[in-house]
Amino acid sequence: MSTARVIVPDRARKGETFEIKALIGHSMETGFRKNAEGDAIPRDIVTRFSCRYDGEDIFVWELHPGVAANPFIAFHAVATRSGDIELVWLGMNGFEHRERRRITVVG
Amino acid sequence: MARVSSSFWKFSALLGIGWLTTLGLSRTAITADEPKPGIPWSQQKSGLEFQSKSNRERQEDLTVNPGMLWVDQGAEIWARREGVAGKSCQDCHGEPERMKGVATRYPAFDARMNRLHSLETRIQECRSTRQQASPAAPDSDALLALSALVAHQSLGMPVSPRIDGPAKASFERGRSLYQMRVGQLNMSCAQCHEQNWGQRLRTETVSQGHGNGYPLYRLEWQKLGSLHRRMRSCFYSVRSEPPEHGSEEHLALELYLAWRAKGLKVETPAVRR
Repeated sequence: MSTARVIVPDRARKGETFEIKALIGHSMETGFRKNAEGDAIPRDIVTRFSCRYDGEDIFVWELHPGVAANPFIAFHAVATRSGDIELVWLGMNGFEHRERRRITVVG
Repeated sequence: MARVSSSFWKFSALLGIGWLTTLGLSRTAITADEPKPGIPWSQQKSGLEFQSKSNRERQEDLTVNPGMLWVDQGAEIWARREGVAGKSCQDCHGEPERMKGVATRYPAFDARMNRLHSLETRIQECRSTRQQASPAAPDSDALLALSALVAHQSLGMPVSPRIDGPAKASFERGRSLYQMRVGQLNMSCAQCHEQNWGQRLRTETVSQGHGNGYPLYRLEWQKLGSLHRRMRSCFYSVRSEPPEHGSEEHLALELYLAWRAKGLKVETPAVRR
């Protein structure tokens, strides 16, 4: 189930601090659990999250097996110029999810 | 100050009269002998009130609430054509918003089918008869997503099931199941959730056992789960065999739970520890 919920303001004033919130649906299977037959359930996690603001990486998060399912992250950025905010989640078994929002910076 | 409090009392008195009138009306309209709840209505508390501050915030801010991932997925499934009939939920029911208030009435007696339906068994019924699709597994993400979507439309509305008429027998059955001691520990639902709510069970505070937030996101599960899943967990805890999903016992219990949660607000998707 790869759905994401992303909150980025549409507009911000130049120099203003704004918050980005991102939630993604992912089981974050640790690799330490066993199934009913006693066999190990293979690890399957999101390993990297990055946020690109107008073509430039402004935030990168490396995820590890200790992170709970459906990882949520919130962080702040300073509005410098209008542009796209691109959020990318990469994970094991070819997992990839991208979201893009436009922010308009005024003043 | 004096003026404020006097108008406050006037206001309260008016409210009181209004409340008595509605109570009187609903009494005559529904049933002459409304049963007495195990916990007085005035002390009724949603499970939300037993949660930590951070968990309450996680539930109330819908951008953070992980249960909303299922609601979003439910909206996709709602519009998807499925089964031999090639129909989507939307084709018959319209936009999901039209389901507002529906979940507050469940479990409900279906006169046409002559049986009690929970929201989940009702959706299953729709899948098999209207869409002619294979039934979704009881705890599958697809079914949880749909029931979460439908229940979420009633967010903030009071739980208000009907226990009169054809639902009465199920209600009585549910009530007696709730009081019945079961399992190797020989315990009833009521012993924990009516007689000992608010007490500690190891690190957990025993809640009143209300189902007004289901399906809900439990941190322990790391995902959304049904009321039946939570009930199973209770049955296992007292070393007993849980009633099968969709069975008469299961639905009767859910109806009793809904009635004792009457008036609490629907919180779907709630977040619990």
